[in-house]
Amino acid sequence: MNNSQSSRHRRVGDSPVVKWLLTGLAITVATALLIVPLLVIFYEALGAGWGTLADNLLDQYTLHAIGLTLFVAALTVPLNLVFGTALAWLVTRFRFPGRKLLITLIDIPFAVSPVVAGLLYLLLYGRNGWIGGWLAGHDVQLMFSWPGIVMVTVFVTCPFVARELIPLMQQQGSEEEEAGVVLGASGWRIFRTITLPNIKWALIYGVVLTNARAVGEFGAVSVVSGNIRGQTNTLPLHVELLYQDYNIVGAFTSASLLAGIAVFTLAVKGFVEWRQARTLNRLQTEEIAQ
Amino acid sequence: MTITVDGISKRFGKFQALDNVSLDIPEGKLTALLGPSGSGKTTLLRIIAGLESADNGQIAFSGQDVTNLHVRDRNIGFVFQHYALFRHMTVAENIAFGLNALPRKQRPPKAKIQKRVSELLEMIQLPHLAQRFPAQLSGGQKQRVALARSIATRPKVLLLDEPFGALDAKVRKDLRRWLRNLHDEFHFTSLFVTHDQEEALELSDQVVVMSQGHVEQVNEPTELYARPDSRFVFDFLGQVNVLSGEVKHGTLSQGNAWVTVPGIQHQGDAQLYLRPHEVRLATAPSPRANLPLRIEAVSLIGSEVRVELRPEGWESEGSDNIWEVGISHAEFNQQRPVRGDLRYAVPEVGHLFTGTGARPATVGWAEAEQTPNIRLIN
Repeated sequence: MNNSQSSRHRRVGDSPVVKWLLTGLAITVATALLIVPLLVIFYEALGAGWGTLADNLLDQYTLHAIGLTLFVAALTVPLNLVFGTALAWLVTRFRFPGRKLLITLIDIPFAVSPVVAGLLYLLLYGRNGWIGGWLAGHDVQLMFSWPGIVMVTVFVTCPFVARELIPLMQQQGSEEEEAGVVLGASGWRIFRTITLPNIKWALIYGVVLTNARAVGEFGAVSVVSGNIRGQTNTLPLHVELLYQDYNIVGAFTSASLLAGIAVFTLAVKGFVEWRQARTLNRLQTEEIAQ
Repeated sequence: MTITVDGISKRFGKFQALDNVSLDIPEGKLTALLGPSGSGKTTLLRIIAGLESADNGQIAFSGQDVTNLHVRDRNIGFVFQHYALFRHMTVAENIAFGLNALPRKQRPPKAKIQKRVSELLEMIQLPHLAQRFPAQLSGGQKQRVALARSIATRPKVLLLDEPFGALDAKVRKDLRRWLRNLHDEFHFTSLFVTHDQEEALELSDQVVVMSQGHVEQVNEPTELYARPDSRFVFDFLGQVNVLSGEVKHGTLSQGNAWVTVPGIQHQGDAQLYLRPHEVRLATAPSPRANLPLRIEAVSLIGSEVRVELRPEGWESEGSDNIWEVGISHAEFNQQRPVRGDLRYAVPEVGHLFTGTGARPATVGWAEAEQTPNIRLIN
């Protein structure tokens, strides 16, 4: 009785017109805003043929920009991996005054425009800044060279790992670690054999996101790098430079590299999510089967 | 190994979790820390384990001060309420963890560890599940694995934090019996936290009743049930029926209810505490008491018939204003009490509290009246 009645009454918003209208709208918007531009990048890069593409890729400034970008990412990712893990550990395993505030502060790089971040670093560490002035006296230059680029990239990407780990570690609690320490394990052993395997996938996810952002960061880097070709030019900056030089194909070639990294990142992200879901699913079905 | 707790205090912010607690846990015995939530029992257990540090006081194992010894070096077994099994390790790896974590010099060779693990798997009757992961086990199985893991390194002290709290009633009963046997076999000093009075009374050699950061009473289970020292212990351990009133000329009365109290000198406020089995139900008032009650419910489950009654013309102390009386199935078949019937409670033995903080005086009517057991005559 009840069943047949409820099947006659559709749920709110369940009419086919609304359904197809929304689906169509979503597909149109996604195509126009996401898919077409992505395809255009590759199309334009290849517009002048494979030979030009190769020439553009092997251009010495482009090669330098690729190298610098990878170098910055290679420094940023491990730094933020350690920082993010330590921070997540701190706020989930210890109680101290200001803990909630710290969790909020982690998000500052997300909330602040990267250009503002770059500017702050410039004012602080630049030749005329408080710290920069003192450093200049000791012959250390941070701004307008690679250390500055690394510093702002670390700042911009520092929330990713911590943001992934904190909810997971909060949910998992510290009981397993307590069990480990009662059983006589050292701190390092507990981290290596208990904590790390439990947070493995979230950590990888955080690293993938950190890497994507580190490679693609434009705003903050453009303020502190000085855009010196062959010296402080990262790949995103290089794209802009080439475009301003009216080297459209060159600009799109470099852009296609960044887009390629993005697609690769998405693929890895998808795989990690699939792995996490599968583990979860398997455990759940097994629990039900019990 | 004996455990001595000496003047332990612990504060969490404004909350005084433990207030100058001192306690002796005898060697080789199974001791229960019993109390309602917030009584400080888990905090005390964690301080003994070393997972929490006390603000004041000392902990000693066999007379040796371990207050400042790291939990890692205390060599205790600890069982968590929610098992805390390592979720990405198999059952066998979980059990072997403590052995593998031993310093290199004390660590047994791989083959020995494996042998010990299979011994323990045999002991918990789960050898066929050695390669399973914790998520693939039932609650009872998980808790047995947790127990095996905690005793793999042969600790002298076993601490258990509400070990059966998350399990259903049937499994809990089986595991209790199993733990009891395990304890009898290995004779470690065990201390377990529980809020379940039945569990504490059934399982332990000694019960420590706690309330609001204090130790209320320490005694053997049978003694504790028969002779509680305080109103709190009375209320907390099992069902109790209370008549609160005023004593005048040897009679305690409230409303239209009264009870004679043989041999009492006290005048003024007093409370009479009666266990369900210390009360009889009669169809008419007796010379010793007039306690009219109307039957609210009759429950036949168990070895005894439980009758719930509501005071008629007077009030019982306690939030639900209900008395509970246990009668035998034979009595039930004879009397056939049903909901709505009027009955008169006749006390056999009672416990009278007068004033605050004082221990109760036991009151025995049968002896005072020098009559043979009335139950038989009925």
